[in-house]
Parts: sequence; C-alpha cells; structure tokens
Amino acid sequence: MIPILSPQGLASLVFLGCVAMTIAGAVIATNAVRLIRAVAGLALCMVGVAGIYYYLGSPFVALMQILIYAGAVCVAIIFAIMLAEPHEMKRVVAIHPLAGPASILAAVVLATGLATLARNADWQATGCRANNGTLEEVGQSMLTTYSMSFELISVVLLIAIIGSLVLARAGRSK
Amino acid sequence: MEIPVLHDSLNTYLILGALLFGFGIYGMMRNRTFIGMLISAELVLAGASVNFMAFNRFLAPDPTVGQIVALFIMGLAAAEAAIALSIIIAIYRNFKSIDTGDVSELEG
Repeated sequence: MIPILSPQGLASLVFLGCVAMTIAGAVIATNAVRLIRAVAGLALCMVGVAGIYYYLGSPFVALMQILIYAGAVCVAIIFAIMLAEPHEMKRVVAIHPLAGPASILAAVVLATGLATLARNADWQATGCRANNGTLEEVGQSMLTTYSMSFELISVVLLIAIIGSLVLARAGRSK
Repeated sequence: MEIPVLHDSLNTYLILGALLFGFGIYGMMRNRTFIGMLISAELVLAGASVNFMAFNRFLAPDPTVGQIVALFIMGLAAAEAAIALSIIIAIYRNFKSIDTGDVSELEG
C-alpha cells in the first residue's frame, strides 16, 4: 500500500481504472439486451485491455489493440448489425430455463479454476533476457525469426477477404 | 489515502485473463444471437492475449515473442470476425433472422 498522491500511487489508480473498464465492458458485452450495446461494451473492454498492455510495457501493441479492435472489428460488427438485425427485435428471448444458471456455473468454475492454477503455480523467471522488447527489436524478429508466420498470416488475411466477399455475395439478388 | 500496487505482479494479469475467458464462455452459452456469440469469442481471445503479454513481460527470456504472438492473435481475430460476419449476413438473407433458434432446417 502506498499513498495515492505520489507518481506510483497515481499509476496504480490509472491501472485500477483500466481493469475496471475492462471488466465493466465485458459485463456489458455479455449481458446487454440489444446487440448494439453489446458491441459498445466490447469496444470499452478492448480500450481497457489496451491500457493493460501499456502497463505491460508495450505501447505499440496497445495502439494496435485500439486501432484493430475498437477501430476495425467493432465497426465491422456494427455494420453487420445494421445489415442483419431485424427491425422488430424480439425482446423476450425464449431461453432454456437451465441455460442461465448453467452458463454462470460453467464460467465461474472455469475462471476460478484458471485463476487458482495461476496463483498456485511456481513461475520461474529466467535470469537473463535476450533484449528489451522494444519496437525496433519486435520488428527485427518479426522479419527474421518469425518471417514465415508473418507471411502466413498475410495469406490468411487475403483468403479471409476473398472468402468473406464470396460468402456475402451469395443470394444477393434476394 | 492508500492504494495497493497491483500492476507489478504477474498474478493480477493472469487473474484478469481468466476473468475475461470466463466472461467469454458465459456470453457464448447465454447469448442467443450469432453476433453475441462472436462478441464473446472476441472476449476469449482478449483473455488469451492478456496472458501472453503478461508472461512476456515477467517471465519470457525473449520479450519480443509475446508481443508478436499478441499481434498475430489480433490478425487472426480480425480474419475470424470478417468470415463470421459474412456468414451471419448470408444466414440473414436465407432465414431473415440471426437468432440461433430460428436457423434449424435440420431439426436435431
């Protein structure tokens, strides 16, 4: 515990704000009645996760998180909702009576199990680090050690673009 | 006023990743629309990325690996979202609904 009015204390306060944003966004994304609110919750959650990445020492990944998730994925989902959501949305969804408690039970069991495992495991830090993990070193190892995965993911993205065009084109005349 | 220092311990991040994973599983079981399930899948992927970045910061011998894996997860999540959304739109054209209960031509 440290006093709140110090640089470390303010950093902890902002960190707690990011964690609260992440959890609140996840709650909204899973519990919202209307889909558009769920997407807004997802965007909030992803901005919070970007703050977490900043605290983990990589501002580049944090910026990419905001750019790709909040900027691209959420906007694509919003477009899909505008294209696909029926006007008269059924507010009362006939959900199976066991689905609510069962999903809460499964999620609680999995999350507490993982958290307990993570707390009780004996994580050994390696003594020396190969580099400092700066953006320059990330770029260098992406184009040397991981160049094969880099090329493969560009092929995956290209196939995803073509595949989504082909899929969404079918039945366009209807 | 006192405040705990949480951002310097690995456990905080691992528990946050487990929470995001749990929310994703909960939403995927509870949601009745395809888009809701897609949003929950994104939450699961975010939990996995948080774990990778946490291990990268605290334990990894080469601290570029976790960042690269997180970037690859983002790329794969974007590709997955694009494919899933176009499938959802194709389903909507055929069934006029994105509710999982209505898309049941093969009764089972």
